[in-house]
Amino acid sequence: MVPRFWRKIKYRYEILTSFCENCGNHYYPQREICPKCRREGVLKEEKVCDYGKVLSYTVVNGRTIALVEFDNGAKMLAEVCGKVEIGKKVRKAFRKYGEDGDFGIIYYGTKFIPIEEQN
Amino acid sequence: MIGIVSYGTYIPKFRIRVEEIARMWNEDSNAIKQGLGVSEKSVPDIDEDTATMSVEASREAISRAKIDPKKIEAIFVGSESHPYAVKPTATIVGEALGVGNYYFCADLEFACKAATAGIQICFAMVKAGMINYGLSIGSDTAQAKPGDALEYTAAAGAVAVIVGKDPIAEIEATVSYTSDTPDFWRRDLQPYPSHGGRFTGTPAYFRHVISAAKKLMESYGYTAKDFDFAVFHQPNAKFPQRVASMLGFSEEKIADGMLVRAIGNTYSASSLMGLCGILDKAQPGQRILLVSFGSGAGSDAFAIRVTDKILEYPRNAKVWDKAKNCVYIDYGLYLKHRRMIK
Amino acid sequence: MRVAIIGVGCTEFGELWDKSFRSIFLNAGLSALEDAEIRGKEVEAIYIGNMSGGKFIDQEHIAALIVDHAGLAEFGIPAIRIENADASGGSAFRQAYMAVASGIHEIVIAAGIEKVTDANDPMEILSTAVDQEWEKFVGANLPAIYAIIARLHMHRFGTNEEDLAMIAVKNHRNAVHNPKAQFRKEINLEDVMRSSYIAEPLKVLDCAPLCDGASAVILANEEVAKKICDTPIYIEACTQASDYFSIQNRKDITTLQAVVIASKEAYKIAGVEAKNVDVAEVHDSFTISELLAYEDLGFAKKGEGKKLIREGETEIGGKIPVNTSGGLKACGHAVGATGIRQIVDLVIQLRGEAGKRQVNAERALALNLGGSGATAVVSILSR
Ligand SMILES: [Zn+2]
Repeated sequence: MVPRFWRKIKYRYEILTSFCENCGNHYYPQREICPKCRREGVLKEEKVCDYGKVLSYTVVNGRTIALVEFDNGAKMLAEVCGKVEIGKKVRKAFRKYGEDGDFGIIYYGTKFIPIEEQN
Repeated sequence: MIGIVSYGTYIPKFRIRVEEIARMWNEDSNAIKQGLGVSEKSVPDIDEDTATMSVEASREAISRAKIDPKKIEAIFVGSESHPYAVKPTATIVGEALGVGNYYFCADLEFACKAATAGIQICFAMVKAGMINYGLSIGSDTAQAKPGDALEYTAAAGAVAVIVGKDPIAEIEATVSYTSDTPDFWRRDLQPYPSHGGRFTGTPAYFRHVISAAKKLMESYGYTAKDFDFAVFHQPNAKFPQRVASMLGFSEEKIADGMLVRAIGNTYSASSLMGLCGILDKAQPGQRILLVSFGSGAGSDAFAIRVTDKILEYPRNAKVWDKAKNCVYIDYGLYLKHRRMIK
Repeated sequence: MRVAIIGVGCTEFGELWDKSFRSIFLNAGLSALEDAEIRGKEVEAIYIGNMSGGKFIDQEHIAALIVDHAGLAEFGIPAIRIENADASGGSAFRQAYMAVASGIHEIVIAAGIEKVTDANDPMEILSTAVDQEWEKFVGANLPAIYAIIARLHMHRFGTNEEDLAMIAVKNHRNAVHNPKAQFRKEINLEDVMRSSYIAEPLKVLDCAPLCDGASAVILANEEVAKKICDTPIYIEACTQASDYFSIQNRKDITTLQAVVIASKEAYKIAGVEAKNVDVAEVHDSFTISELLAYEDLGFAKKGEGKKLIREGETEIGGKIPVNTSGGLKACGHAVGATGIRQIVDLVIQLRGEAGKRQVNAERALALNLGGSGATAVVSILSR
């Protein structure tokens, strides 16, 4: 499964959405065709800002997994390091997602950190 | 003028207190704290390693300098805890930063001084006109065998330094002092380093740091008075204090760089973390002496002069604030975070 | 051409340790043939819903394997496996239905089978139904996806954990009278609320247990059905729809859009409305999926599914009894077999053979989902 991870490294290490110049929609993960415009769509890669907010979340196997929404409307499922609630602002972080045993490769990717309210 | 155009730091948010470690081994925590001058150390989260901390520190450096990542044409990561024994950390960093594919790249290892060696390489490459900007990173999740004296100080953290023209801090001069001195080492396939106990002091740390500092001053005509600040590698708080007084620097001149007191020894990031603590407050015209130390052994000494550019450089998210903002964990969680229990 | 169901069969659902994949199938197939009172060689094609022979038992090419074990290789009957995660059964049913409706075949079998207990971690295998690269990679398995949906539904509409728990309680109560169900014992609200979290806010007793099982139904065109069957049950509509695969791409994760589309289409074809449905078997792989079904099938307005369960309207004796069999929750979820098992239970209801769980029904609806709802199959049956 190494090639399968390697192929998407760019999109795992950085949050890149597909922006359709025809309809203005943003998609994550990146798409090869705009589902709204299909062949009329013109997709461009766009880096989203480092912040998002939690639309919903769960805690499973001891990890917090959240659906994070960005200002441009794209949504991303990712792990959050720390406690969250719906609506909480989060910031991206580069973290390890796992590794293929003791001998295999290490899977890095984007997670999120809750931003504590400033007092 | 070539020097530091930006810097970024990363300190994991977890800390373990010396008392908590001493409790495990039935040792006198007050004596240890006094002996080392360290009261707690930083601990990485379970999903953090040298690569992730390198990326975080570098992202801060890039965003503060507002540099297009594509202009970074060299990346060197100095560490003694690279996640892979074979396969570079620096390529992970380059990919995460989006620097493109045309860049000089290598992982460096020279115990705790690999990243200052990386700065020297970047400095030379910029000077030679080979690159616009070079990125040197010191990052470590330092390993220590449970129960070993190192366990009280072996910490985690990363510093990223971007070297280029038109800097916020000019590198006026740099020299190195190197010898084959086995004071501290880790053999291939071994999980924890070994060390020579008191042998790490006089023949290793002190000889190299002082020789490099003296050589720098002699060669370029500086005296201790010419420096407003000094920062030395910090395996504990006592060694840099002693070396400062041996070289004629007051406590005040090293105080702002003594991050070791709050976060422990971040190994490859250690002396640079101290430098960042000083850069966070230094004013144009002020001069800093930086001397790293890497076991095995060698020291890189730098004369760094802060320029007017620093006035317009964003120095928010200060290192000392990051050091203070933390969550304490107990020894059990520490073992889990360090993956000594899985 | 109108299509009828002329025979149904189902194994017990559960941990069938002493039965192999092929023998489970044989059991279901033979009981369906027996029920239809045909011999087997009349069958012209077999459609088998199976999610993952490859992962559960390391066996692909299962359709031909099953034909052989059923003794039908002798007749060369064509068979095909249909995979749509846990909507495999419903999808096989739809393929079989279309084959007869089109006039290509006169009599076919639609079946579903899964043997999960030979595998170490069946839930992980079921979770291959979510996006492995963008959902599973970050640690979101199937329960996690439904939990994220549930959390937002609760936040937005005031649905609470007790509402979801009541669905589990209802389904267990219904299963007491279903001889094929895995769990034929009642549980109470406290049992559910006290069970530990699998994926917050979903608890162990919010999740349908994965189990072994097989089910089969025999379909024939109206003409043939009338000749050989006294109690044909007619398929008024069988529709299927897709949604964005990952919840990241869904405009509103609290609506399963594929269910909305497939059910609207089915109501249109059958010429009925949601209120004309007398009994339903819906895909309660998690209690939240039954609650979403109430809303997305049109039994309740969006956000008001909780009222149906609070007011007992989906109980036996309520306005629209749901999962009188016990649902996936109490029957057990034999993955690829579930979609056909739902049809079997509705046929039993419409024939009036449901015993203590019998409701008065003219028209029945089945909803079978794949994964987190990217596939939905809706079938409407009538007497
Ligand atoms: Zn478009």
